[in-house]
Parts: sequence; C-alpha cells; structure tokens
Amino acid sequence: MMGRTIFIDPGRCIGCQACVSACRECDSHRGKSMIHLDYPDEGHSVASLPTVCMHCEDPVAPCAEVCPADAILVTADGVVQQADTTRCIGCANCVNACPFGVPKIDLQAKLQMKCNLCYDRTAYGLAPMCATVCPTGALFYGTLEELQAERPGVQVADSFTFGSTTVTTGVAMVVPADKVQWPVPGGLPVVEINGVDVSEANSNKGGGGRREGVR
Amino acid sequence: MTATDPVTTPGRPVPLDPSLAPPGTRNFRDAGGIPADRWHADQNGETLVPTHCCFCGVQCGMYLRVDRGGKVFGVEPRNHDINRMRLCPKGINAYQQVNHPDRLTAPLMRKNRDEEFREVSWEEALDHTVAEIRRIQGEYGNDAFGLLGGASLFSEKTYLVGKFARVALKSRHVDYNGRLCMVSAAGANKLAFGIDRAGNPFSDILLTDCLLIAGSNVGECFPVMTQYLWGARDRGATLIVIDPRETAVARTADVHVALKPGTDSAFFNAVLHVVVAEGLTDEAYLAAHTTGWDEVRKTVADYPPSRSATICGVPEEQIVQVARMFAGAGKAMAWHARGVEHHSQGVENCLSIINLCVATGNIGKPGAGYGTITGQGNGQGGREHGQKSDLLPGGRSITNPEHRRQICEIWGVDEAELPLAGTSMMEMVWQMQRQEIRGLVGICNNPFVSLPNYATVKDGYDTLEFHAQFDFFLSETAANAHVVFPVTVWAEDEGVMANAEARVVKHNKAQEPPAGVRTDTWVMCELAKRLGAGDKFDFPDSRSVFEELRVASAGTVNDYYGITYERLEETGGIAWPCPSTEHPGTPRLFEDGRTYHADGKTHMQVVEWHPPMDPYSEEYPLSLTTGRTVAHFLSGNQTRRLGALVEQTPRPWVEVHPSHGFRNGDPVRVVTRRGSEVFPALVTEAIRPDTVFIPYHWPVPTAANALTIDALDPRSKIPEYKVCAARIEAAERVDEVPAPPTAPGHRAYPETQVSRTDPLPPTSPQGRGTAERS
Ligand code: SF4
Ligand code: SF4
Ligand code: SF4
Repeated sequence: MMGRTIFIDPGRCIGCQACVSACRECDSHRGKSMIHLDYPDEGHSVASLPTVCMHCEDPVAPCAEVCPADAILVTADGVVQQADTTRCIGCANCVNACPFGVPKIDLQAKLQMKCNLCYDRTAYGLAPMCATVCPTGALFYGTLEELQAERPGVQVADSFTFGSTTVTTGVAMVVPADKVQWPVPGGLPVVEINGVDVSEANSNKGGGGRREGVR
Repeated sequence: MTATDPVTTPGRPVPLDPSLAPPGTRNFRDAGGIPADRWHADQNGETLVPTHCCFCGVQCGMYLRVDRGGKVFGVEPRNHDINRMRLCPKGINAYQQVNHPDRLTAPLMRKNRDEEFREVSWEEALDHTVAEIRRIQGEYGNDAFGLLGGASLFSEKTYLVGKFARVALKSRHVDYNGRLCMVSAAGANKLAFGIDRAGNPFSDILLTDCLLIAGSNVGECFPVMTQYLWGARDRGATLIVIDPRETAVARTADVHVALKPGTDSAFFNAVLHVVVAEGLTDEAYLAAHTTGWDEVRKTVADYPPSRSATICGVPEEQIVQVARMFAGAGKAMAWHARGVEHHSQGVENCLSIINLCVATGNIGKPGAGYGTITGQGNGQGGREHGQKSDLLPGGRSITNPEHRRQICEIWGVDEAELPLAGTSMMEMVWQMQRQEIRGLVGICNNPFVSLPNYATVKDGYDTLEFHAQFDFFLSETAANAHVVFPVTVWAEDEGVMANAEARVVKHNKAQEPPAGVRTDTWVMCELAKRLGAGDKFDFPDSRSVFEELRVASAGTVNDYYGITYERLEETGGIAWPCPSTEHPGTPRLFEDGRTYHADGKTHMQVVEWHPPMDPYSEEYPLSLTTGRTVAHFLSGNQTRRLGALVEQTPRPWVEVHPSHGFRNGDPVRVVTRRGSEVFPALVTEAIRPDTVFIPYHWPVPTAANALTIDALDPRSKIPEYKVCAARIEAAERVDEVPAPPTAPGHRAYPETQVSRTDPLPPTSPQGRGTAERS
C-alpha cells in the first residue's frame, strides 16, 4: 500500500521537540520549523503529538485545491510542496482549507510556510530531518513493512473523516490495534493510545476536534 | 579532516553492537542514513566531522557541518551505534555554541569583585593567578588553595585536573561537579561489585523482558535512550517506572509507582521482601556468587508491603505487583538515575536496587543486569582518573600506600609530597566560608546554579580571597571571579569521554578555536610551568595526555591501557576495562558471576530506610523535588544562550497538583527553610498532591537551588537535591528570569533576550500545562 513515508506514533512521543529543532536545521527551510507539537490532554496527562503535513492524497491536497494562485505544487511522488514563493500571495486560503491545521503564514514575508517532507533530503534517498532524529521513533520514515519489522503487529491508518468528508493521506498514523477502523474519525486526537478512548466523543462532534480544538 | 565514519562504512564490524539482538531491533533507523558518497558534503563543499554530542551521558554520535572557511555551521545526524542517527533538541542545537557571540575570547581580570572586568593578555592573567596562588599558599599553607573540575571535560583534562592539584598545587583540595551527579551510584557499585560503572550496555535493554526505571525521567534527561526502551517494549517487555511524577515514559508504563520523594529504599526493601516471601529469589546464584545475603534477607523481613506502602505513599498492591513482574520475568534490568541518587541516603537507595537485581539472579547476562544513567557527558569518565578528592588515576585510592606508590612512580614525584584525600565539592564551600580554603580555581563548572543552598554557596565564594574560573561563556560563577580564562568548546579540541555504558568514545576537532582562546590543557600546563612543575606538565595536546593516562590506568579496574585514539576511531567506542590493544573491551560485566572484589563475590549490603534530612512540619508540609527539562543542560550556562532552546523552555515553573487550587500561570511562592522564590504555576495531575517540582537550570531569583538543602549523603557526599520540606502560597507576581551574564563588550543572543521576560510558564513542556481544557 504505502511507499516510503512518515509514520506518526503519538504513543511514543515524549514531547522533546527534537523534531521541531531538527526541522529548523533542514536546508529546505533553514531557520524555520514547520512542525508543531500538540498536547491533546493538557493538565491531565503528559501526552503530546507532533504535527507534520499529512501530504493529502484524496481529495488531492485541499490546501493546493483552494489556492487561488496555483502556488502549491504536488509532485508526482505525492509530496505536497511548500507554496512557490514566486506565486504565493499570502492569502491564507490554504490555512483555512487544511483539515490538519498545518500551513502557517509568515506575516512579515506574506508567504505560506509548511512541511515539504524535506524534499531536499527525501529526493536523495535520505529521511526527513525530523524523522531521522526523533529519539523515540514517534516519527518514523520508511515503508510500512520496515515499520512492522521493527514493531511487530503495529497498525496504521491513512484515512481520516472530517464530518462527511474523508481524507486519505500520504503520511500515516499508528493507531491502537484494537481501535483500527477506517477511516479514523475526527482527525488526530483519536489515536491517543494510553489515554481514554476519545473516538466516540470525537465522532459525535462531527466537525472534527482538530480545527476548532486544540490550537 | 577526514569525513570517513567507520561506523557507517559497510562491512566494518561494530564491536559493541548487540550481536544477540533479536531480529528487527538491529536495523532500527538505518533507512535514510547518509549514503557512502556523502552527497551533502560534495554538493556544498562542506565537511562532515564525526564526533559526539557534548551534553549528556548517552553521548550520541553526530556530524558537525564545517564550511569551506573551516567554521562549524550546522549538525547532521550520524548513524553511530549508540544513537542510530537520533538526537535530542540539545544535541541538534549544540553546534550553535561554537561560534556564539557570547564566547569569551580574551582573559578577563579585576583586582576586586566590585570592579569591572577588563580584558588582559594571557601573560598578565597567568602571572597574576600564579602570584595569588603563591601568596595564599605561602601565608596559609598549600591546602588553602583548592581546585574544582568538571565532568563535561574530556577525560584527558580531568586527568590533568587531578594531577595539577596534587603535583603543581600540592593541595589535597580537588573535587569536581560529578559529585553532584552520580557518585551515589558509583559508591554503591563499588561496595557491591568492586567496580564503579553500569553492568550492562544500553543494547541489553533490547533483550530484557522487564525493565525497571527508577528515579529517571528518561524522556527528558536522556531522550535518545528511549529508543532502547521502546525497542524492548516492541518485543513485549514490561515497563516499571518509579517516579513521583508521571513523566512521558511513566505514562506508558505497565506500573507507575508515584512514590513520595525520599522513600526509595523503603520501597525496594519491600519489593525484595515480597520476592523472598514468594520464593522468587535465585538461591543458587546467591549461594555461589554473593556474601551478605542472610543479613539482607533478615533486614527486608522488617519491610512488609504494608509498612513501606505507608512510608512511600503508594498502594500495597503495587509493591507486590512490581515484585512479581520483576522477579517473575525471565530477564530483568534496573536502570536508575538522579531520582534515587540525589539523597542523603543515595548510596543506600542504589544498594537496595542492586540487592533486588542480585537476589533475583538478574546480573551479568544479556538482558539482565543494572545500569546507572549518567547525567553529564563524561560523568562516568570524569571521576575515573583522579579528579575526585579521594581517587588517583585508574580509580586508585589516594589513601592506599601501594596505589600512591604506583602513581608517584609514573608521575615522578616524591610520595611524601603527594597530598592525602580532600573533601567534597559542597564541603569545600563550607571550608571557604570558614576561610580554610582562601583561593580557588574552577574549571568549567557553575556551582552558583548547580550547588544546593545558594546563599551558602554565594557566601563561600564571596569569602574567597582569590577566585579564577575557566569557561567559554561567562557563567554566573565566572562572573564572581577575579580572573576568567577563555577556553575551548568541545568541538575545538579532541579527547575522549566515557558514556553511561562506560563506553569510551572519541570527540574530534571540527574547528580551530577563535583567536585568544586556549585549551584547558594549555592553560593548566602554563600555570604548572609558572608554579615550577613544568617538567611534569609537558603536554602539547590531548593525545599526549591520553598516552600518559593509558599507562597510569594500566592494571587497575579502570584499565584504559588497550584503548588508543586509533582504535576508537575505528570502532566507534570501547568499554573499559580494556587491558591490551588486542582486547575487545568489556561491554557487559560479571558474565562469569565474578565481580571485581578480591573474592570475586558480590558483597550485598544491608539497607535501612531513614527519612530525608529536612523534616516535614506544619509549616513545611510538602516535598520539593527538582530535576531537568529536555531543552536545558545542568546549570544552563550553555543552553540558556541557545535561541531555540530558550524559546522551547524560556523559564522555570513550579509544578503543582490541581488540589492546591491554583490556576495555570498563577504566581506561586515556594518557601523552604533556605528561602523563597516565586514561579508561575504549572497545574497538572501528573504530580503527587504532596509534592511540587521545579526544574533547576536557572540562577537566582528563579533558582531551584536557592531552596534545596545542602544535606549530604554520608558516604558519597552527594547533596539531597531531590527532597526537602516546603510550602506554597499565592504571590503577587512571578520572579523575573535573569539574563545570563556576558563579558564587557559582548552582546547577548537577541532571541534569548526576547523570551526571557515572558512571565508565563513555558508553552506546555511535555504537555504539563493548562489544567483547564481549552
Ligand atoms: S522528536 Fe519525536 S518524541 Fe520528540 S517531540 Fe518530536 S515526535 Fe515527539
Ligand atoms: S495536511 Fe494540510 S498542508 Fe498538508 S497536504 Fe493536507 S491540506 Fe495540504
Ligand atoms: S540524548 Fe544526550 S547525548 Fe544525545 S543528543 Fe541529547 S543531550 Fe546529546
């Protein structure tokens, strides 16, 4: 099914922000980090999870679809690129369209910024900086087979529902084996492995916790 | 500069790689490694210099990116055996200190503390220092001048610190900041096994069936170790975490025992009580390889779970559960860190854990054993070669006549002139207060932040007639000195460090030091020359020191003789003891059951629990405990200057349970018998209601160590950082975080200035903040 991609396993994340620092060091957007850490259960648990661009496949990158300037390129290998600086008009349509809350606008430069899967590295066969350094393997880069060889029995999901819309992504999330259900309702918080089962609460909300939720 | 990394060269064996690791665990992150052709280097004309992180005891391998002009400008993950490309945020940002604008580049001097520093020539600084040493020693005797080293120094330099004190200064007063780190574990290991190091390599964690982590916030303090932990979990190992706080790792544990700070040995005695009661001991092992088991068995009989549960404030069932899980597993391991070591009963706490491992036969086997997780990069190596007040090189005792004779022969000095043992770091401060020590040289340490009971420390240092400090940034302690010598950062010199596994690794030089900056080795040798001991300090570089260190350690337990720079470059690390250049090193100890005591046995020690030194009262009902946060390192002299890390965690906070009625961000005054300070509250259920926590990386007025007690463990002399009595009350406003001191004419990092005045707690370090859901 999936090729070489990022797998996110929030159950392992220790919130160290090595990924955030590493992202800042990557040559493709040196000096700026494109990763945010979210704390889905703040004050009650130390759970954290990293947000990188999910590189939506179907429908093809909502961010790119709504871009009036056609600035967001999707490459043949499924990588949704950062907005082309010669085209981006900083209108923030992509920010509103993204169901995962990924793109940001650099207000001074009036330009969009987002994770482009370290294209300067992945194009040369290297792993993205964040997944390379992540001390726990909460961010893993490789194929599903490689992931499962390391972590026997691990289950992943790459479809997420937001209300009536289902989004299939190039990046996959590790989900608890007993909670595998495609598509995963409501976006990311459902995969909180060690906390309470929030899948029901999330699907009841319908609109998805992500957009109006944690940030 | 070679960019070849033998560790990633295909076909080259990695000696410490776990050949016994189960399938799947060996190739954890090889995918995505730097290809042999190094496109990166080729493309940009840059060089990748293989080296290691300068910070914690994991000692992750990394490449420093060096540009065409020979300047370090970045970092690249390295597929070293220890970390397999992974790095924590400290490691990723470490390179930024190499060319940081706060670097000291000329010696600073002043005659009195109320004067401004002025930049002076090296000659002037060295001559003045030597004149002051001569004056003080002439008036008050040799022992009136002390030396305090550091465990972030390369082993070569720590060797020189010990030799400099005894041979050039001829003073018994030398100690080092590793005293604040893991000396309790060292003392316990020495008592039980006759050797001071972890018993197993990290890779053994991958093979264990049950992993017990005591007093260690692995996720924040040793983040890269979590790969081993999760690797074990992937194989189905159970995880037990003993910690008053629900840390990121505790959150995922099978059992998290949130015990009251300062009760560890009561807990482990009770666990052993249950192990005995349920017949889970390994009697054959105990009979063949140990002494003292009968006494230990008798003692733990007095610790039934009901009693310890009350002392520790945990459910009785948890004690039984931990006992069954640990002793019932095929192979079990215990790893511990400062949480059990920073106590007035630190050695006893460690011994109680060792007793559990030994009684269950979990020792000296792949996947079974014990380890201590060193805090500082060279916390392990830093004390092995004579920097500690009671040790000579090779871990020899300074009071043992035979050991003294051996070292005097190597050093070419008269045995009668070799001083006897001195006192520990905290005791030296008390001696400064009493004017028994009147002059001091500090080498890369920052006691103004790192020692407990700040008021005492400040008083001690202020009483000094002369104080010189080596550092590359103006630390809070250096800002108190009369002379500051600007020295190299780790990437500007080569040398070895021993990580938490006792694996010796080599750091390489990536950049020439800035003009005006010298190596610690050079400065010590120049001072020695001026003190008339030049012939004993003829060391042009680290390599020449290492050659003497090898010889000085030969034949001891800490045998480095077989380790050479060339071998280290080839192998990616060798664990001592390594007696000959053909010897592969000793990653795992006691494989044949024999320890390093003369009788080859493990000497089990009786442990009785006693309460912490600072008694609780109506006025001070809570436990204050301290620790680290992932973005900062020790006293923060380095990390509080790196923009990304400051942004990640700009200031300290006090972690309190919601039951105290505070809201997130409220100013909370924490009061102990030593003083009071105001921190923003981080309200969270991840801490015991009777405990509060403050990270300790900041100076006054936001210093946890202004509040902690300077009570010491009687054997290891480690301070009791992890527990003191406290109370909390509402305050008006939080104390402002001070900027790190900078030398005249230097500018501070703009990014660090921005966040420093932020009155709020950090944006959820490890998600602990905001008790109200947004
Ligand atoms: S580096 Fe890994 S463990 Fe650390 S915050 Fe990022 S995803 Fe989590
Ligand atoms: S996650 Fe957001 S930014 Fe990434 S491709 Fe999908 S819509 Fe675009
Ligand atoms: S885990 Fe320790 S050695 Fe590794 S990068 Fe972090 S601070 Fe450096």
